[in-house]
Amino acid sequence: MMNNMISSDGIIARFSGSLENFDLSAEFTLPCKGVTALFGRSGCGKTTILRCLAGLSHMEQGFLSVKGHVWQDDKSCMPTHQRPVGFVFQEASLFAHLSVKDNLVFGQKRTVGNGSIIELDETVTLLGLEHLLSRSVHNLSGGERQRIAIGRALLSGPELLLMDEPLAGLDKFSKDEIIPYLDRLFKKLDIPVIFVSHDTEEVERLADNMILMDQGKIIAMGPLSEVLSDPTLYIAKGPRTSSVIDVEIVSFSESDRISEVKVDGGVLQIPGQLGPMGSNHRISIAANDVSLAREKPSETTILNVIPTHILNIHLLEGGRVNLLLSIGHQDKKDGAKFIARITQRSLLKFDFTVGQDIYAQIKSVSMVGGSQTV
Amino acid sequence: MWDPIWITVKLAFITTLILLIVGTPIAWWLARSKAWWKEGVAAIVALPIVLPPTVMGFYLLIALGPDSPIGQLTTQIFGRTLPFTFAGIVVGSVIYSMPFVIQPIRNAFDAIGERPLEVAATLRASPIDTFFSVALPLARPGLLTGAVLGFAHTVGEFGVILMIGGNIPGETKVLSVAIYDHVEALEWGQAHILSAGLLVFSFVVILSMMVLEKRLGRRLK
Repeated sequence: MMNNMISSDGIIARFSGSLENFDLSAEFTLPCKGVTALFGRSGCGKTTILRCLAGLSHMEQGFLSVKGHVWQDDKSCMPTHQRPVGFVFQEASLFAHLSVKDNLVFGQKRTVGNGSIIELDETVTLLGLEHLLSRSVHNLSGGERQRIAIGRALLSGPELLLMDEPLAGLDKFSKDEIIPYLDRLFKKLDIPVIFVSHDTEEVERLADNMILMDQGKIIAMGPLSEVLSDPTLYIAKGPRTSSVIDVEIVSFSESDRISEVKVDGGVLQIPGQLGPMGSNHRISIAANDVSLAREKPSETTILNVIPTHILNIHLLEGGRVNLLLSIGHQDKKDGAKFIARITQRSLLKFDFTVGQDIYAQIKSVSMVGGSQTV
Repeated sequence: MWDPIWITVKLAFITTLILLIVGTPIAWWLARSKAWWKEGVAAIVALPIVLPPTVMGFYLLIALGPDSPIGQLTTQIFGRTLPFTFAGIVVGSVIYSMPFVIQPIRNAFDAIGERPLEVAATLRASPIDTFFSVALPLARPGLLTGAVLGFAHTVGEFGVILMIGGNIPGETKVLSVAIYDHVEALEWGQAHILSAGLLVFSFVVILSMMVLEKRLGRRLK
């Protein structure tokens, strides 16, 4: 480890330059815990940033410090094998000549000092690998392979876990199988995780923070719910835009099996028993599932008709429009924000304006994961 | 009859061993280096495939002879020059069989690709560590092919040996030279025994290599 120290607990990164005819310029700081999604279209430079963080790629002009240790500056660049990072590649890339167990302990054996953050037994249990340990790495399913790769990275005692689209190569079933494991791990471990993704569903389930990239540049970053509910960003303009909100379960009605959850500014009702009272969860609201009304509709089958006020109106191509809403009427400050998608015709017909108090009918609310147990 | 066989086996064994030790790092460099002149080196390594053995033997004779710097060096150290000694034919064989060992190993290293090495680096393995614990084991099929081809090719060597080793019984007289001698002396029976032996040996070597390679390859895929 280099002697260079700077007084910051988080991750400070700055990379700029050109790599294989691709211009990149990115600068960000992250807290030293929590899960950050590096999000953007294919070819926007996400993977390059991840590789720079690991030292697998090198940018001429760059600076990187993690927990106060400088890994790269103008004068020096610490080689990958000296950096306490864990890296999970898109393909599991298991060592074909080693058994599952030998793959798992490959990094652990080489971890200098007591850098371990998790024991083998615990890793095996958390990732459900008990029955695989003595097998060779052939004839495993994609999900199994990727779980082994994740365990292998964790056992090397990383101070920073990097994952390059760890689920992209998997089919829907393997993905659904692996996400709960990731969820459990992220909750359990006290290290920062940065993962690259272009799948909003994945990000909604796993991430706390988001760095949004486009064409080699960072165009937005911050807490996930804020970035996702920014109507000006391109992710809010896609066909399947949705917002995430962190909620706390406050009650459950046995008779009709409806849970009530508290959100900033109000209460929502969700069918089903979602978890113990007081537990924190994350929900996702699809912008297309929200309809708006000026007055509170007196008769409707929709459970969630909530007072909101309009923070922002953003016209989209194709005759549609995004409205950024805050839960609670004007007098309530800091309500949770989400996006509603309506047509421009409706906008004109109802004459919605910024600052107006209206009612939002949310047709469906879906539960997603989320690593934060506050 | 046993003398040439023993010398041939000894020669092939030592040559293969030297080539595995020297050739593997060269193959690694050829597979990994980004130097522009790398293919020039690769061509020099491959040269013995196309160069007539007599031509190579002739130049080796000059290069190792008493008037050359190498000859003077060996004279100073060992008190004699290398041509017409067992050590001399080892040098000749190493150069002659080099491409047959290095090429398969290089191909195996190429086939590994960047990824396993990057994975190893992110798991704290230094480059040397990665070479021994990841690259070499993954290149096993190539190492096996290289060793077998190097051995078999050295066993069948004739021209280079005749040029720089001559025909000294118990020292440089290898199987193929012995067969030539027998034929020259019209000892057809002897020639038959040795030739048939070599024929069977070659077949067994190629067959077992193919089988082994297939099995190893399957395990590593």
